[in-house]
Amino acid sequence: MSSVLYDTPGPKAKVRNWIYSGIFVVLFGLVLWWALSLMGEKGQLDADKWTPFVTDSRVWTTYLLPGLLETLKAGALAMVIALPLGALLGIGRLSDHAWVRGPVGTWVEFFRAIPVLMLMLFGNALMAPRFLDVPSDTRPFWAVVMGLVLYNSAVIAEIVRAGVLSLPHGQSDAAKAIGMRKGQTMVYVLIPQAVTAMLPALVSQLVVILKDTAIGGALLGFAELLSMNRQISANYSNAIATLVVIALIYIAVNFALTSFASVLEGRLRKSKKSTGAVVGVNDVNDMATGANSGGI
Amino acid sequence: MFDFLDSGQYDVLGAFWVTVQLTLYSAAGSLIWGTALAGMRVSPVPLLRGFGTAYVNLVRNTPLTLLIIGCSLGLNQTLGIALGGSTFKEIGFRLAVLGFIAYTGTFVCEALRSGINTVPLGQAEAARALGLSFFQVLTLIVLPQAFRAVVAPLANVLIALTKNTTVAAAIGVAEAALLMKEMLENEPQALFAVFAIFALGFVLLTLPTGLLLGWVAKRVAVKR
Repeated sequence: MSSVLYDTPGPKAKVRNWIYSGIFVVLFGLVLWWALSLMGEKGQLDADKWTPFVTDSRVWTTYLLPGLLETLKAGALAMVIALPLGALLGIGRLSDHAWVRGPVGTWVEFFRAIPVLMLMLFGNALMAPRFLDVPSDTRPFWAVVMGLVLYNSAVIAEIVRAGVLSLPHGQSDAAKAIGMRKGQTMVYVLIPQAVTAMLPALVSQLVVILKDTAIGGALLGFAELLSMNRQISANYSNAIATLVVIALIYIAVNFALTSFASVLEGRLRKSKKSTGAVVGVNDVNDMATGANSGGI
Repeated sequence: MFDFLDSGQYDVLGAFWVTVQLTLYSAAGSLIWGTALAGMRVSPVPLLRGFGTAYVNLVRNTPLTLLIIGCSLGLNQTLGIALGGSTFKEIGFRLAVLGFIAYTGTFVCEALRSGINTVPLGQAEAARALGLSFFQVLTLIVLPQAFRAVVAPLANVLIALTKNTTVAAAIGVAEAALLMKEMLENEPQALFAVFAIFALGFVLLTLPTGLLLGWVAKRVAVKR
């Protein structure tokens, strides 16, 4: 295994690497020992703090799984609503008419500049009896979904734009050559291919959405996975164990999605059928720094 | 429309000042921690590489809210770690900064790694031909060029961090989002005015950052 930065290690370098590894193990061990001894002092390592997750199925059926379901529901619903909305905004930003491009660009830039938490708070206040009057038991859920949709439709608009721009020029030229109008070119040639190119970026955006649902749990009383830590640790007084287990659930779900996104990206780049245009996980951000994305 | 501000009970500027402070401290810390992580992830020592990769993948897939709440519930309330803070305000602020550094460092690391990949092979080969060690190759040859290539991605990380600081409201740090929440509860009739104030605040924080760093990115980019 060699890289840009170093040759395949020889005997001397191997010894040096072993020494570095040793130093790292000692330092890491010290930190770990300090953390564990501190936890031991406070009784956070006692078996009864951790066993409920294995022995007591109610922890899962009453709290963790319903919470995960709420998280997934909010995330999926937000994605389903934000996707068509984002596609429309993205196409609007590519319009030839300044009176469409300008306002849409402003809208997108505005909602990308605002923290998703503030959009959720706004949604929550908008659903109060004074305005939309959403029943208070489902209000947190809809407030979270609304905040996520407002923010992520703007982000997805950028992904769509990047997807269309990533296609080779020849595609739209060829469409023009066979006499298609602008709208037809968009609908029959560019969008279908851009959707394929966008898939990896969209999957990784789903990870961002799922992580953001936790904000609603902490500040709006939305009963999602993270908010379950209060009930569980109230029952077993095992705050740390609960947070660790919840974190592992998030990591498992998100890691699966991220791996799926990168597999998808690899396959799209190699596939013979597509033009090889792919919007990767990192491309969207690079293309759309507030600075060099036109719009305003 | 904005008459509720006249009572003087809402310190909007003060709240945004806390947001700015959170951002600056966390940005400085994340840059250091992220660079260290990136160094680990590209180092010749397999163990360090493994640790860097594991840390980045675990922390990146954890919600920031969970890390911040973990800092408060886990580190502070359960284990009694206060990071040298004495008042509730001080402790909350420091815990939040710790959480932001742990989280944002992973994004800085990934941005830097992509920057390291933009440095041509020949640069590092030439440096190795001169007999420089891995550490010298990294600090003298590769990282200076990588940093110049990653100004734009790092600007995105900084903007995302600025917006993410609102999550500190979850552990009661008195920053912009917490004040907005309080104002919406007390002044429900002024919903749109309140939203406009805070939205404008964030546009004013993030837009100049993006423009300025975008300009810097163009200036310092290595012309190849």
